[in-house]
Amino acid sequence: MSNVRKTDTDTGKGTDTGTGAASGSETAAAKPAGAPADAFLSVRDLRIHFDTDDGLVKSVDGVSFDLKAGQTLGVVGESGSGKSVTSLGIMGLHNSQRARISGQIWLDGEDLVEAGPDRVRELRGHKMAMIFQDPLSALHPYYSVGAQIVEAYRVHNAVDKKTAKKRAIEMLDRVGIPEPARRFHDYPHQFSGGMRQRAMIAMALVNNPELLIADEPTTALDVTVQAQILDLIRDLQKEFHSAVVIITHDLGVVAEIADELLVMYAGRCIERGPAEKVFYQPQHPYTWGLLGSMPRIDREQTDRLVPVKGTPPSLINVPSGCAFHPRCPYADVPKDNITRTERPELRLVTDGHHSACHMSPAERERIWTEEIAPKL
Amino acid sequence: MTEPKKTIPQQGDRGGDQNGARGSGRDTAEPLLKVTGLVKHFPITKGVLKRKVGAVQAVDGLSFDVRPGETLGVVGESGCGKSTMGRLITRLLEPTGGKVEFEGRDITHLSAGAMRPMRRDVQMIFQDPYGSLNPRHTIGGIVGTPFKLQGIEPEGGVKKEVQRLLELVGLSPEHYNRYPHEFSGGQRQRIGIARALALNPKLVVADEPVSALDVSIQAQVVNLLDDLQDELGLTYVIIAHDLSVIRHVSDRIAVMYLGKIVELADRTSLYESPKHPYTKALLSAVPVPDPSRRGGKSDRILLKGDVPSPISPPSGCRFHTRCWKATEVCRTTEPPLIQLAPGHQAACHHPENAPDQAPGAGGAGARETVELAEAKGSTKAEGAKETTEAKASKETEASNGGSGGE
Repeated sequence: MSNVRKTDTDTGKGTDTGTGAASGSETAAAKPAGAPADAFLSVRDLRIHFDTDDGLVKSVDGVSFDLKAGQTLGVVGESGSGKSVTSLGIMGLHNSQRARISGQIWLDGEDLVEAGPDRVRELRGHKMAMIFQDPLSALHPYYSVGAQIVEAYRVHNAVDKKTAKKRAIEMLDRVGIPEPARRFHDYPHQFSGGMRQRAMIAMALVNNPELLIADEPTTALDVTVQAQILDLIRDLQKEFHSAVVIITHDLGVVAEIADELLVMYAGRCIERGPAEKVFYQPQHPYTWGLLGSMPRIDREQTDRLVPVKGTPPSLINVPSGCAFHPRCPYADVPKDNITRTERPELRLVTDGHHSACHMSPAERERIWTEEIAPKL
Repeated sequence: MTEPKKTIPQQGDRGGDQNGARGSGRDTAEPLLKVTGLVKHFPITKGVLKRKVGAVQAVDGLSFDVRPGETLGVVGESGCGKSTMGRLITRLLEPTGGKVEFEGRDITHLSAGAMRPMRRDVQMIFQDPYGSLNPRHTIGGIVGTPFKLQGIEPEGGVKKEVQRLLELVGLSPEHYNRYPHEFSGGQRQRIGIARALALNPKLVVADEPVSALDVSIQAQVVNLLDDLQDELGLTYVIIAHDLSVIRHVSDRIAVMYLGKIVELADRTSLYESPKHPYTKALLSAVPVPDPSRRGGKSDRILLKGDVPSPISPPSGCRFHTRCWKATEVCRTTEPPLIQLAPGHQAACHHPENAPDQAPGAGGAGARETVELAEAKGSTKAEGAKETTEAKASKETEASNGGSGGE
């Protein structure tokens, strides 16, 4: 991979508002090999490594996926599995001083890894937008909520303040903030947690982005508010037909909202496929572990949980071969001619369902139906 | 964990009476902890004279029992007072009113010194595994402190006992001389559990013990708590906002809303047939890890708006502002927590899965707890007077309300 993004500092030319028309002029034919024709976002072999005093941290180490417009991809994994860094990399928000990024991120026919930081800034907030976990630290405490939305709108659209204000109030109304014209002037601390999250969604969607990345959008919220926010994201997606990436550690949330699922472990994708397939016929022992770790609300369950033993590995010294092998209960199952040091590739199992495990599909099928599924 | 465990096994040789701390004549039918009309109001003061202008009614009239060997789960949204409740029953906070009895002994207003002998029987596990361990002390020091404070010399010395505890919670005895920063979140939570178990307590109050942990680690800690209960015959009060975790660990569950218990029932009946509309809405809001249920958006009850401020809670039933079943009576009269089915209490005029309880609507049902409701009523009246004044300074209160509730 020679296309390491130049990591020189941003020059701070923030005034380049553009007209918003520039983005459409790229040739739409450019796509990575193997991507479906209607893929809106295609990520290929994305690697984001950080140089630290302790060594090279491989936060993301070869992640690939495609996402169509109108579809939702759920990215699940434990803390430190690289799911947030992946999303920050797509948005160009990773620490460019330290990060080494390689691979390809094709957004609507344009490679964001190749594109310069100025171009990525033009796209950010306009064609792609992000919702963060903690709205209190994502919103600026010194500016009113309305002013922040107006700014996000005017950076990408050459309109006067009045029009922008009208648009901002319209968005606040759309995301369900009562009395939007009055709340426009409120500061973030005057909003409740759920309302702040709504305000941030309004800000992210003010330019009708075609790609929305939501990083743990509901983790800090109560369940009743979480249900409201998930509903809102789903409705808005239907309305704007945008592609959504939702990052979470909560399998309940992804089951609720995602069409496709990507399970990450130690910076790599270990399973990927349609949500139903991943939930009903999971193919990787780690996915089994996640499902077994989860207490269920929908059934009486008096048995012990079946957690994954051990703790997630350090990203500096990722175990050789399959990164999951020290915690995998099936690491000792005999496999043909495969040594422990060999890294399993992500292989197609059935229609659109990929998994990275050395065990044969027949063996996994047997373990899942006989040993795992009955205990869940 | 299907049903309440047998009786408490012997609490070890050092559980003996000290300074007559123990109540006398305890038998197994007695609740271990009995809470009656518990109230905690945090005053809001203004100006140099610290004039009281209102109060955050964090906990406003709770009554429940904790039986020996059982796990009582407490759920509710943030700001409902569940953490305050945990701190009141462990007497880390001074109650404004009501009564807390531990093994028949009133501990509501014991001084710190008088409380000390009780501390060995009531321990707490905290939410934040980072904030609850002193970064400058070694693990050995942290887990050994309870012995020092209580002036106890365990058999074989403190170090040996600490190492035994570390092993008990799944850590290695070699960790004795390490510092908290060398451990992951799950391991730190285990250290916190080891510290809580050091004095062989009878009651362990765990405030969000797993919410800061990753799902696989969360499961390990839940299993650990489970095993320790079996092994040591512990009684738990587990406070959490995650209804799935609560369903898994609890024998009985109390649902709280704005400082009050709205429903209290055993696990199966609460989850299978919730009586209070709030419980029903709460349960329906939890995302189920099953994609085929996604179409079932229709059976989800979406509550409108946010939880009202505990500074000026709504009149009557506190849930009426968000309840789809609310009628006039809900706005004016507070529903008492009454028994609607064996072992199943709820405070609602129009309960689900049960006959209507609204006054005059034939709700003759069980009235055993009516005295209790009166007790609550009196404290309520005081609160109402304060709220009118409190409305004047809404803005300063907003921040107070946020921090005061949890």
